[in-house]
Amino acid sequence: MPKFKFPDVDTLKSRMSELKQAAQKDKKPEEEAIPSTSIKCPSCENVFDKKELGMLKICPKCARYFRLNSKERIRLVADEGSFEELDSTLNAKNPLNFPDYEEKIAKMQEKTGLKDAVVTGVCTIGGEKAVLGVMDSGFMMASMGSVVGEKLTRAFEYATENKLPIIIFACSGGARMQEGIVSLMQMAKVSAAAAKHSKAGLLYITVLTDPTTGGVTASFAMLGDIIVSEPKALIGFAGRRVVEGTIKQKLPDEFQTAEFQLEHGFVDIIVTREEMPIKLRDILRIHSGRKDGAR
Amino acid sequence: MAGAFDNVKIARKVTRPTALDYINHIFDGFTEFHGDRLFGDDKAVVGGIAWLEHRAVTVLGIQKGKTMEENIKRNFGSPNPEGYRKALRLMKQAEKFGRPIINFINTSGAYPGVGAEERGQGEAIARNLLEMAELKVPSISIIIGEGGSGGALAMAVTDRVWMLENSIYAILSPEGFASILWKDASRAKEAADVMKLTANDLLKLGVVEKVIKEARGGCQNDFGFTANLLKSKLVIEIDTLCAMPIEKLLEERYARFRAFGEFSE
Ligand SMILES: [Zn+2]
Repeated sequence: MPKFKFPDVDTLKSRMSELKQAAQKDKKPEEEAIPSTSIKCPSCENVFDKKELGMLKICPKCARYFRLNSKERIRLVADEGSFEELDSTLNAKNPLNFPDYEEKIAKMQEKTGLKDAVVTGVCTIGGEKAVLGVMDSGFMMASMGSVVGEKLTRAFEYATENKLPIIIFACSGGARMQEGIVSLMQMAKVSAAAAKHSKAGLLYITVLTDPTTGGVTASFAMLGDIIVSEPKALIGFAGRRVVEGTIKQKLPDEFQTAEFQLEHGFVDIIVTREEMPIKLRDILRIHSGRKDGAR
Repeated sequence: MAGAFDNVKIARKVTRPTALDYINHIFDGFTEFHGDRLFGDDKAVVGGIAWLEHRAVTVLGIQKGKTMEENIKRNFGSPNPEGYRKALRLMKQAEKFGRPIINFINTSGAYPGVGAEERGQGEAIARNLLEMAELKVPSISIIIGEGGSGGALAMAVTDRVWMLENSIYAILSPEGFASILWKDASRAKEAADVMKLTANDLLKLGVVEKVIKEARGGCQNDFGFTANLLKSKLVIEIDTLCAMPIEKLLEERYARFRAFGEFSE
C-alpha cells in the first residue's frame, strides 16, 4: 500500500519561510528609496504602513487581499528564477484610430513598466513545468485588447506545441473599449486556441482573481479544466451596477464573489494566497502522474 | 453623409424583421425545438431543423418581439444562459447528424440579470465560443439587426459571418461606450462614428465577409427583397462550405478568428 502523505505541510512551511525571507530582503532598499506610506484598508479601515502588507499583500488586521501586480504574482507562484518570459515585445496599435489611445498606452507603459496587461512565459511550480499567463489590473484594468488576446493565444499555442499544461491568472475589467470590435474578437481567438489545447488532452487551470469580469469571464477565464479562485474575488459577467440597474434594487455584498460562484457551481475550489503555489503544484503533479514530482 | 448612428436607429427599429421572419421566409418546414435540458427554455433564442431548398439544416436565431407583449415573452431578445445552452445543444445535434448551421443574430446583448449571473452567463457564452470553434459542420451567421457584444459573438463563431446593410455589431452600445469612455452617454452619436460598428466598416476590417443589401430606409420597407437576396446567397455559400473537406474547414475557421488583432512586435 502506498503511504498516504497529506497535507504537505513541510514543503508549504519551507516555501512560506522562503517567501518571508524574500519579503524581508525586499524591505531594505524600499526603506531607503521611498518613505513609508500609510494606507487604509478599505475593508476594516485599519490604517497601517504599506510595508506591513508583506509579499502576500494581505491586510494584517482583517486578512483582506490587496491586488497583486503581475511581477508580484509571478514571484509568489513560480519557483525562484524559473520564469522565462515569452512574447515580451508586443505593443498595442490603434485599430479604430481612437483619439488619444496611443498616448494612453504610452502613459500606462511608463507607469507600470509593462507593455500591456498580460505577462506570459514558462516556469516551474514546485518543479512542475507549466506555461503561465498573468494579467495585471494595474494596466488599464487588465482590459483585453489585441496584445492581451495575441499573447494569451500564443501562450496556448506554445503549450499545445510543447505538450505543457497552462495556468492563467485572470483578472480584468473586460473588453479594451478603445479597440472596439477588435477587442471582442479576441474572446473568440483565445477560446479557439484553448479549444485546441484541450483537444490535445492537456491541462488548463484558470485562477480567478479580483476582479474577473466581462469578456474575460465570458471567454477563457471560464474555460479551465479546473477553475480556482482566490477568496472573495469579484467574478461575474455583467457589472454589478448594470445588474442593479436591471433589477432596480441593491444587490447583497456576496453577489458575484468567489464564494457565490463556488455556491452556484462555477468555481472548483477557493485557494488562499499562501497555499496557491503548493495547490497548483499538487494539481500539476496529479496530472503528470508523477506523485513525487518531476525527475 | 449619414452618420453611423442612423444605422443604429434602423437596426433597433421595432418594425425591423426578426429572426423568425427570415427563418419562415427562407426555409421550408421549420420545426422548432425547445429547452437546454438543464434548466429551461429561453424564448429569446429559437432553434430547430428545416430545409434550405433540398438540404437539411439546423437553424437558430436570437428573437426580438414586435409588440410589448411579445417582447416581454422574448425578453427583448436578450438571452439568458439557458438560451446559449439551448443553442449549443442544437448545434451539437447538428454536428452529430451532419447538418450545416445557420444562425440569425439580433440582440442588444446577453441579459444582465441576477438569475443570468447565478446560472453562469459568462460560462455559457465562453462554452459556446470554445465549442463552436471546433464544430465539424459548416456554419454561417447573419447579423440581421443588433449584434450586441459577447451576447452576439456567442452564436457567431462561424465559418462565415454576414451582416445586413443596416445592422450593427459592436463591443457595446454607443450609449454605453460614450458613458464609459467619455462619462457622457449623450455623446452616443459621436461614439457610433468612432466605433466602426456599421456593416461596411466591419467588412473593411474583415470582421464580416459579406454585406446584404436592404431597401432604402431599411429592410422593413421591402422585406422580400432582402430575404430573397439572402436566401440565394445562403444556398450558394452553404453548397460551397459543404463541399470543403472538414479538416480544411476547421483550419480556415481557426485562421479566420486567429487573424484578428493589431499590434507591433
Ligand atoms: Zn483590513
